[in-house]
Amino acid sequence: MNEVWLILGMFAITFGIRFVMFAFAGKITFPVWMQQSLKFVPPAVLTAIIVPAVVMPYGDMDISFTNVYLLAAIISVMISLVTKSLLKTIFFGMLVFLLLKLLIA
Amino acid sequence: MVKYCHYFINLKKVSIIDHQQLKKAEFKAGCKAAIPLIIGAIPFGILFGTLAPTSGLSVWATMAMSLFVFAGSAQFIVLALIAVQAPLEIILLTTFVVNLRHLLYATALVPRVAHLPIALRAFLAFGLTDETFANMSQRYQPDSPLGNDHQYAHYFYIGSIFSFYTTWSSATALGLILGNIIPDMTSWGLEFAMSVTFIGMVVPYVNSKAMLSATFSAAIASLYFFYLPNKLGLIISALIGVAAGLSVIRMQKMSINNQEKKV
Repeated sequence: MNEVWLILGMFAITFGIRFVMFAFAGKITFPVWMQQSLKFVPPAVLTAIIVPAVVMPYGDMDISFTNVYLLAAIISVMISLVTKSLLKTIFFGMLVFLLLKLLIA
Repeated sequence: MVKYCHYFINLKKVSIIDHQQLKKAEFKAGCKAAIPLIIGAIPFGILFGTLAPTSGLSVWATMAMSLFVFAGSAQFIVLALIAVQAPLEIILLTTFVVNLRHLLYATALVPRVAHLPIALRAFLAFGLTDETFANMSQRYQPDSPLGNDHQYAHYFYIGSIFSFYTTWSSATALGLILGNIIPDMTSWGLEFAMSVTFIGMVVPYVNSKAMLSATFSAAIASLYFFYLPNKLGLIISALIGVAAGLSVIRMQKMSINNQEKKV
């Protein structure tokens, strides 16, 4: 992939979104349904990335106790629910993943 | 009368106050306000710098992304897409969708910045991250320690951006260096680091029926559409999730309206 286009494109898009309202200072407004839908975007995108990554880590559906990615992901969800802390979730989630990998693989 | 004289003198004092000093005070307060959020962001900057080369991004592109794009969650998502060799168009489309929330932030801040020169507004827009938006929302609260005079509040904004920008780019650089020192990172299963990071980000969102149905539908759809070419499944699943969330909100409103009618 051409990394120059990647950076330029990401810059243009991100900056464009952040700047458009400031540039036209109050001359644009949004319909309510759009404002409501924006808050669903980050969790929906993130979920759509996580689920295939852990359910089919090697490209095929693998719902079993030998799929350490799926096991560690489920445990990480529980860790996140209990600790309510992003950093703790990452730390303990990784720990669980590496332990499971040692045990099962 | 004496009382009023005193008041008058005080007023004079206020007008003598150096405007430079006020600006400096706002700037410093902005830098400081960012610190708690920065502490949370440093590990992610480091993680980004460490993970990026293992996902297939070059060192300079990793650095350039933190310096020019400056959007934490979008940067991580793009890494995940590069790792699965998604094409450029899908990556850019995803960047667009993921960053759309900044429109809401900008809309909320427009009344505060509309009077500033356009070049300054462009600069402020560049630095409008989730964190700086959180800082600015606090600054405009009536109980802000800096008071209700917002004449120089944009210096607070600049201070928050300054703190955040310098830390985010340094943390990325540090991560790149760390990743270089410890070369065999991929074999440790660092690809799971991304998944677990995203899990930790999503779970706190899921606090309502609407959010639950949005994430659940996105999850099912992402498996169903996984084999679509060019990772198109990601965008489709995200849209399905958003649609599911919206329809739950609609249904809840309808049932509330019906109940009101019955009463």
